[in-house]
Amino acid sequence: MTAETIAAGAAEARPAGGPEARPMDLLRFATAGSVDDGKSTLIGRLLYDTKSLFTDQLAAVEAVSAARGDEYTNLALLTDGLRAEREQGITIDVAYRYFATPRRKFIIADTPGHIQYTRNMVTGASTADLALILVDARKGLVEQSRRHAFLCSLLRVPHLVLCVNKMDLVDYSQEVFERIADEFTAFAAKLDAPDLTVVPISALKGDNIVTRSENMPWYEGPSLLHHLERVHIASDRNLVDVRFPVQYVIRPQSTTVTDYRGYAGQVASGVLKPGDEVMVLPSGFTSRISSVETADGPVGEAFPPMSVTVRLADEIDISRGDMICRPNNAPAVSQDIEAMVCWMDETRPLRVGGKYAVKHTTRSARAIVRALHYRLDINTLHRDEAAGELKLNEIGRVRLRTTVPLLADEYRRNRTTGGFVIIDETTNRTVGAGMIVEAG
Amino acid sequence: MTAPARSYQVSHLDALEAESIFVMREVVAEMERPVLLFSGGKDSIVMLRLAQKAFAPANIPFPVMHVDTGHNFPEVLEYRDQRVTELGLHLIVASVPEALANGTVRESADGMRNRIQTPVLLEAVEKHRFDALFGGARRDEEKARAKERVFSFRDEFGQWDPKNQRPELWSLYNGRHHPGESIRVFPLSNWTELDVWHYIARERIPLPSIYYAHEREVIERDGMLYAVNEFFRPRAGEERFKARVRYRTVGDASCTAAVRSDADTVEKVIEEVAATRITERGATRGDDRVSEAAMEDRKREGYF
Repeated sequence: MTAETIAAGAAEARPAGGPEARPMDLLRFATAGSVDDGKSTLIGRLLYDTKSLFTDQLAAVEAVSAARGDEYTNLALLTDGLRAEREQGITIDVAYRYFATPRRKFIIADTPGHIQYTRNMVTGASTADLALILVDARKGLVEQSRRHAFLCSLLRVPHLVLCVNKMDLVDYSQEVFERIADEFTAFAAKLDAPDLTVVPISALKGDNIVTRSENMPWYEGPSLLHHLERVHIASDRNLVDVRFPVQYVIRPQSTTVTDYRGYAGQVASGVLKPGDEVMVLPSGFTSRISSVETADGPVGEAFPPMSVTVRLADEIDISRGDMICRPNNAPAVSQDIEAMVCWMDETRPLRVGGKYAVKHTTRSARAIVRALHYRLDINTLHRDEAAGELKLNEIGRVRLRTTVPLLADEYRRNRTTGGFVIIDETTNRTVGAGMIVEAG
Repeated sequence: MTAPARSYQVSHLDALEAESIFVMREVVAEMERPVLLFSGGKDSIVMLRLAQKAFAPANIPFPVMHVDTGHNFPEVLEYRDQRVTELGLHLIVASVPEALANGTVRESADGMRNRIQTPVLLEAVEKHRFDALFGGARRDEEKARAKERVFSFRDEFGQWDPKNQRPELWSLYNGRHHPGESIRVFPLSNWTELDVWHYIARERIPLPSIYYAHEREVIERDGMLYAVNEFFRPRAGEERFKARVRYRTVGDASCTAAVRSDADTVEKVIEEVAATRITERGATRGDDRVSEAAMEDRKREGYF
């Protein structure tokens, strides 16, 4: 693909912003697939067609491509920024990319298809509202597509989009598309996957990327960008269970502001309002919210993802790591945690008896691995109950015992209060990601 | 927060602000000696505003540091000192001219001081025993930065190892380190240049005047417009001329270029940024043009 061919296909997406623009919201999505599936071309096209790709970036990529003797402008070079990646022609790490339309700002977590695949995919999916999986229409679903879908469901990414790419190479065949779509839909149903959309595209030619393609009149769904712009994400947030992990206690040491004590944090879920009865964990003390404040003044209510300061009517001892919730709707307070763990360390595997540090919401603890129930083969979903350890990129169900209670929800109900990371206490590296299945 | 209460939706700027505030609070809660790198550039100015918001009504609970190359725009230094006084901040200046005088660093052949800032920065970090350094770098700026973590671990030599970064999941940031090691923290990781400008407009944040269109004597080199000043001398054959320009980035005055512009208000700048087809560093930074991996190489040595 050259600059000209992309430019020729560029549609009428207006640049973001401008003083007249109405407030945009934010959608984070993860992309999965390998270079062969045309993922970089697709990202390049989304950036280009939304005028988020700059001429100097494109010129730099063209120059490097030409120097290497590539037959086309290799848009993978846009995201493969590191020297080692360029030298080896591989993507090492998650790259973050940004584009915007007048409706939405998008953050792409672009995860590589090969190296350290699971670790990177899990990382990218952890914050994603939506995951975009690519398959080559000529090849159909491959092992990797199923793996992608499984990891997205494990990480509870609320929206999944399967892009059947390279439709131009199968004569825009409805039959090919439907076969792949049906197969994937059947597989996704087994995964308890969330909202699924399937779009036939050609990233190279621009079919169904920004506007509906005339080459596929049989397709009645939205273009990819249209879907990304309009997919409803507001209700993905949990607005029911009030969870406010206390991050920091604000107590000004000042002569003008005295007796101020506020609990700063980001709302994990639920809606907090002045006057609400609340309970503080792990102490179990109850009080009432006297005000919810920001630097710009008090607010009537706070909900995710707002960062606010909550003040209570009573003076109770609260510190970082405590959680404000409702008396009749509280997380489990438990030192025994059942979780799915994805192991991310190449040097040492997870073993029963291993001791680690754990970070869960704003709370830190130490933990010992009490049991490894099984290791999951993410290709077949087979459970290997004889497994003795979890190596890099392996996933298994473990039982942990922590030094202090965690204030925990099931991950499937709450991605913020259900997720934790495991840290090696000697190297300080993040070695595992945990998703709570059950606490207590 | 300007979100309409009933819809339970927040704008992208509110979401970015909330995330940045969360990151800053996390650092202050978990790290011992944080410092904010404040250059008087727009990104560090936005960062300072976020720090105000994160800890209000208390004061900003950490000092700010300026790595001073000695090649400054006077408007920016003036702005820096004014902000520091207004907010009652403690300012630490890590000075490249002083380090040159002491002989701890040597002037590079091309006279650019971008590279020799790094040892000066690292020396100040060691002297003050800072364990967390807030920087205003954004992932959209440059391809090496696109792979940077929000909490970026640095070893005892201040080095970044891009192949050996800690996985960063959800909003669980790992700031653990051994004595002598440190964490660079980038609260604006997910902001773009346009987001920064929209935020400056929304919050009515004053900026140094050079960010807006003004008349300046410049020369053109490698397609970029450099202001003629005591740090930047035209070469033989380079013609001086007057142009209406503004700065998109503010760095060392010897290697930061201006762009032609009539945008003399924040609204006009936003229109211009939205329409531009060249990245801000590509348009204005001589230091990034050295090689494809110039930024990565500097970052490995401990640059921001």
